[in-house]
Amino acid sequence: MTTVSTLPITRSCPYAPPDEHVRLREEAPISRVTLPSGGEVWALARHEHIRTMLADPRFSSDRANPGFPLLLFSQRRVTNFRASLISMDPPEHGPARRAVVGEFTVKRMAALRPRIQQIVDEHLDAMLAGPKPADLVQALSLPVPSLVICELLGVPYADHEFFQTRSSTLLRRTTPGDERVAAVDELRSYLDALITRKEQEPGDDLLSRQLERTTAREELVSLAFLLLIAGHETTANMISLGTVALLEHPEALAAIREDPAKTPSAVEELLRYFTIAEFATSRVATEDIELGGVLIRKGEGVIALGNTANRDPEAFEQPDDLDVERGARHHIAFGFGAHQCLGQNLARMELQIVFDTLFRKVPGLRLAKPSAELPFKDDANIYGLYELPVTW
Amino acid sequence: MRIIADTDVCVGAGQCVLTDPETFDQSEEDGTVIVLAEHPADERKAREAVHICPSQALSIEE
Repeated sequence: MTTVSTLPITRSCPYAPPDEHVRLREEAPISRVTLPSGGEVWALARHEHIRTMLADPRFSSDRANPGFPLLLFSQRRVTNFRASLISMDPPEHGPARRAVVGEFTVKRMAALRPRIQQIVDEHLDAMLAGPKPADLVQALSLPVPSLVICELLGVPYADHEFFQTRSSTLLRRTTPGDERVAAVDELRSYLDALITRKEQEPGDDLLSRQLERTTAREELVSLAFLLLIAGHETTANMISLGTVALLEHPEALAAIREDPAKTPSAVEELLRYFTIAEFATSRVATEDIELGGVLIRKGEGVIALGNTANRDPEAFEQPDDLDVERGARHHIAFGFGAHQCLGQNLARMELQIVFDTLFRKVPGLRLAKPSAELPFKDDANIYGLYELPVTW
Repeated sequence: MRIIADTDVCVGAGQCVLTDPETFDQSEEDGTVIVLAEHPADERKAREAVHICPSQALSIEE
């Protein structure tokens, strides 16, 4: 058993997991680590162990459980609402997820393709008509997923600055506790008022349809909150990071340019390569459980180092290479188990459309400053880029 | 080889449909798995779908 320095640990290279986590995977794949909030939890670093753990219902997602690993003290203060999907266990979780998952099926997402294409085209045309260099985060990465999730939920996009600023406040690890609590309260009040309006004037959107299913207001606010936040920073950051990675790997970019049928595989590889939601997959043991020869006791917290696991040589050959043709479908960038990302097929579709369209419409796209000088989000719970200056 | 699906365990992630759309579909209503072909045409693809199913709702009877 090894105790290492506090989590999270900053990366020494923007394209690789922290060295300390790689060392854990090689030497102590199930080990005790200290959280910034002071508590000790188990950290899992191997792909196989994490898959086993996340598929085992004896590891609970209940964030109100005192043993649940929260990265920050202040997170504890915002868990007193009715649980959203990510915090539910069986038997509550299955029916709650099934009530909404029909909105995110592969077919339903495919039906959104023309609308997403239109949004991407409009934003790229606007960028090309504007000054150079442009910030791709503001021009494309953030507005595309934001518009799509707003239309899907029935949230007015006109309010996007309001919820985008609160979303990034929540995901920044350095946000003081009071600000975090305020951001949650403001977002919940906003969504509560929006749902009241939908009760009176339902639209053709997810929240209006959920209102027909349930009158439990807090549950609906929690669902709206989760989908709105999850739909923002995740895909946006993957668009920015994926663009940088493809620009820095000309052979990968050439492969998808010559044959767009390879883009879906490239998207899986980029998801694996970056694994931006590294700490989303925490659990707490509800009984004594043996995993990989280690006894995890009831009440002990567990964190899955998904980024490191997605570079596990046992699961992927030459794991540190970006190989867009490897067919990396078994990565755990969307998690694993019953809580695997609800919006994953929406994210895939957005990323495929964005990369295909971006490099076709802007064939001369290049970084406007060296990649080593880019502001990577080392202080956020979703990895990404604050800014991506590009020119063409 | 025969595919067995447990719809009570399925969480509707759609990974099977994405991997092998000839063998799997999803219910329009709640996203749970529908097996289109109990004996898949492409066994390699079907095996991959079973392997990546996040809720382990799929299994294979040889």
